[in-house]
Amino acid sequence: MNIGSGSLVGVPSSASSWKSGDVVSDQFPVGLRVLVVDDDPTCLRILEKMLRNCHYEDLVFMSYAGREVILDLCLDVIIVRFKVHLSVISKKQPPRYTLPFPEPTLWDFTGYVGVVVAINFCLLYVPVTKCNRAEIALSLLRENKNGFDIVISDVHMPDMDGFKLLEHIGLEMDLPVIMMSADDSKDVVMRGVTHGAYDYLIKPVRIEALKNIWQHVVRKKKHDWKDNNFDQSGSMEEGDRQQKLSEDVDYSSSANEGNWKNSKKRKEEEDEADERDDTSTLKKPRVVWSVELHQQFVQAVHQLGIDKAVPKKILELMNVPGLTRENVASHLQKYRLYLRRLSGVSQHQNELNNSFMGCPDATFGTISSLNGLDLQAIAVAGQIPAQSLATLQAAALGRSATKSAISMPLGDQRNLFSFENSKLRFPEGQQQLNNSNKQIDLLHGIPTNMEPKQLASLHHPSQSFVGMNMQVNSTAQHNNSLLMRMSQPQPRAQMLNGANNGSQVSRLPLSMQQSLSSEGIPGAVLAQSGIVDNVRGTVYNPVVAQASSMVDFSVNQSKELQSYHFSLGSNSSGMSTLTNRRMLHEVVNSDMKGSKGFPSNYDIFNELHQPKSQNWGLQNVGSTFDASHHPSIQGTQGVSSQLLLQQGISSTHNSGQNRNDPSGKPMYSNGEESGHSNPMGGPQLNSVGRNMLAVKAERFPDADYQSTFFPEQFGQDDLMSTFLKQQGSVGPVETEFGFDGYTLDNLPV
Amino acid sequence: MEVGQLQRSFVEYMTSLFREGFLDAQFSQLQQLQDDSNPDFVVEVVSLFFEDSERLLNDLTMALDQPNVDFKQVDAHVHQLKGSSSSVGAQRVKNCCVPFRNCCEEQNTEACLRCLQQIKQEYLLVKNKLQTLFELEQQIVAAGGAIPMVQ
Repeated sequence: MNIGSGSLVGVPSSASSWKSGDVVSDQFPVGLRVLVVDDDPTCLRILEKMLRNCHYEDLVFMSYAGREVILDLCLDVIIVRFKVHLSVISKKQPPRYTLPFPEPTLWDFTGYVGVVVAINFCLLYVPVTKCNRAEIALSLLRENKNGFDIVISDVHMPDMDGFKLLEHIGLEMDLPVIMMSADDSKDVVMRGVTHGAYDYLIKPVRIEALKNIWQHVVRKKKHDWKDNNFDQSGSMEEGDRQQKLSEDVDYSSSANEGNWKNSKKRKEEEDEADERDDTSTLKKPRVVWSVELHQQFVQAVHQLGIDKAVPKKILELMNVPGLTRENVASHLQKYRLYLRRLSGVSQHQNELNNSFMGCPDATFGTISSLNGLDLQAIAVAGQIPAQSLATLQAAALGRSATKSAISMPLGDQRNLFSFENSKLRFPEGQQQLNNSNKQIDLLHGIPTNMEPKQLASLHHPSQSFVGMNMQVNSTAQHNNSLLMRMSQPQPRAQMLNGANNGSQVSRLPLSMQQSLSSEGIPGAVLAQSGIVDNVRGTVYNPVVAQASSMVDFSVNQSKELQSYHFSLGSNSSGMSTLTNRRMLHEVVNSDMKGSKGFPSNYDIFNELHQPKSQNWGLQNVGSTFDASHHPSIQGTQGVSSQLLLQQGISSTHNSGQNRNDPSGKPMYSNGEESGHSNPMGGPQLNSVGRNMLAVKAERFPDADYQSTFFPEQFGQDDLMSTFLKQQGSVGPVETEFGFDGYTLDNLPV
Repeated sequence: MEVGQLQRSFVEYMTSLFREGFLDAQFSQLQQLQDDSNPDFVVEVVSLFFEDSERLLNDLTMALDQPNVDFKQVDAHVHQLKGSSSSVGAQRVKNCCVPFRNCCEEQNTEACLRCLQQIKQEYLLVKNKLQTLFELEQQIVAAGGAIPMVQ
């Protein structure tokens, strides 16, 4: 493949060059953002060089050498290598953003939960932990939902199963993942296929193989864009793969290319054939798998028998107007995966409830008050069944009580599904009431800037079963309510409420909050993304702000990647009632779950992972938020950026250690550098929403879910400024990496 | 020595390394990747390989020294060694890894120890060869010459 364009396209531009109808720009794949995960530093270095030669940028290499986690963020301008400590090595060319110290700097992150590094408009939250190396890649991705276009991961790594990572990434982030290994045995390659790898490279990897990886991204985006149905990444991937197989004869560079392709083809043909045909034709509004809908689905499946459950029959049994076979099929696929992961996890509803209760987060305390408020409001409105109300309240209360790993066990997820009313449905009763009488219909009445399509795009492609892609209305109203719901502490809600129009702003926070609450990872990621995306222009906030926040939480909670990314698309107009409802449900659910706290998300691999290790920041964030929520931040400015920064920063803060200035600084400065003005002002909300739409159109890379979450238009400057403002620390944000005084002391360790 | 002579020695040496199987095509790939923006790329990568391998070999030694050998761990190390050696083109080292993995599967400590011994030898050999090669390169550059490409 020849990379015609000689210039490196920055992420934002490359992102913007991806129009909805024109997925591949001339400059593509230049600017492709690749995350490489491998524990072999030699291999990483080689890959890095190869990828750079391909003009991919923003390469992030993660490696685990020995007991250290080495994260190499390779950018054109800087190489940041985390090796427990953070060392910054500046590249030779004059970077766009200069770090204050060009010399390698060692930052001691001992005790830090995470670090926020802003690089090229991307705020990356990098969890710094020695224990959960496996989560780092995921958390990186989650934090930067829009940050990467493709992931290349090794199969065998200590402390991390490449396949697990693959699965999680595929479900959560809908990113194409390429596996690689020195192991070329057929069964391993087959595993790659079954886990949804877009390709399988045999080490030593040749540059020709890497030169072609961009096609996976393009194809996927194209497919995602065309497919407006609620479609899991799984099915999309399959479709893509199939497409790829047929279209690119030489796309696979793996040694087992022939066999692998064939097996892949065979495997996917049956699955994909129907779905692809259907999905590629119409643009239908995204189906949001609300709790109710999902329950119907589950009922139907059980009636038929899990083995015999065929999408068509399920569809018939469910008898839901507007639901297509593909919707069901993709949801079924996710559900099956979900069940697989459930094995071993108690699905008892009580457990779930307990886990909900067990949310450790103090924030919940605050939230519960909110929740209570909401619930009551909603209950008053007659929208929330008493049971749900009670549950919600219990959950809300319970949350503050216990500390539980955020990662909700699958059981939780189950509950999510089983809860009838998605307790969270309502978060902001008032708002909802205002907006609509429908209980779940949070979205109703929420002015959506987003078009249906947008919503769809916003719709989180997450594979979660909940599948609730709550479309978040960009209206502030919803945001507010949602915010409240979102397990975020009240302050958040306030912020949201206070968000001036800014649904934007609130959105961000929402997302942030959400991420925080929900397992934290997703939210955090979102939050991150928000910031990051600001640059890139993804508009996440509005969506998030709205119901999504809630949803997100719940989704994220389960450790199993409940990552329901709630792509809340707000679109009252476009949304069907059903959708809206679903969103609410999701929100509610997510909220419930979310409140637990973030951490869980990250710990995908651990069962009840202790928040500490994982939530690199989410926990902190959440707590930070609670504690220090700057209402102003959320409401007004680029909340997202703030949130992100906050999150990141707070996490670092929380790590509870005093870091040397330099350590703290780098991170912040990066962040600062990015956002000057506050992109997310209230007034921007609408524009944000629009931008979101626009962005979405242009940027495909992030799969639906990604783009929805990050307001692309937020420049880093905006973020920074917002953030700074929030923090009350700084005024205008510098463009340079200025180390700000973010202290990393708050990060809870 | 004059440049031409150095260069010829270099070419001969390199060719012999390929011929004798110390290096394979992957090493050529690395050389091709090297460019003006990364003039020390090959050296850098090979250094990483050395570091990594030595660490792995140490880990392997320790792991096999345990009363209860954790063969999974040993296998993981060997696998990684295989990956990194194949990435730099250290063919003989890589080839030692395959039987080593078989021994791990059979959980045969004795055989594993023998494999380890062999791998260590091969590693030291290739390390030596590569270091000589790099020295030659340095001499050529110091003498003002260009490093010839060897296919």
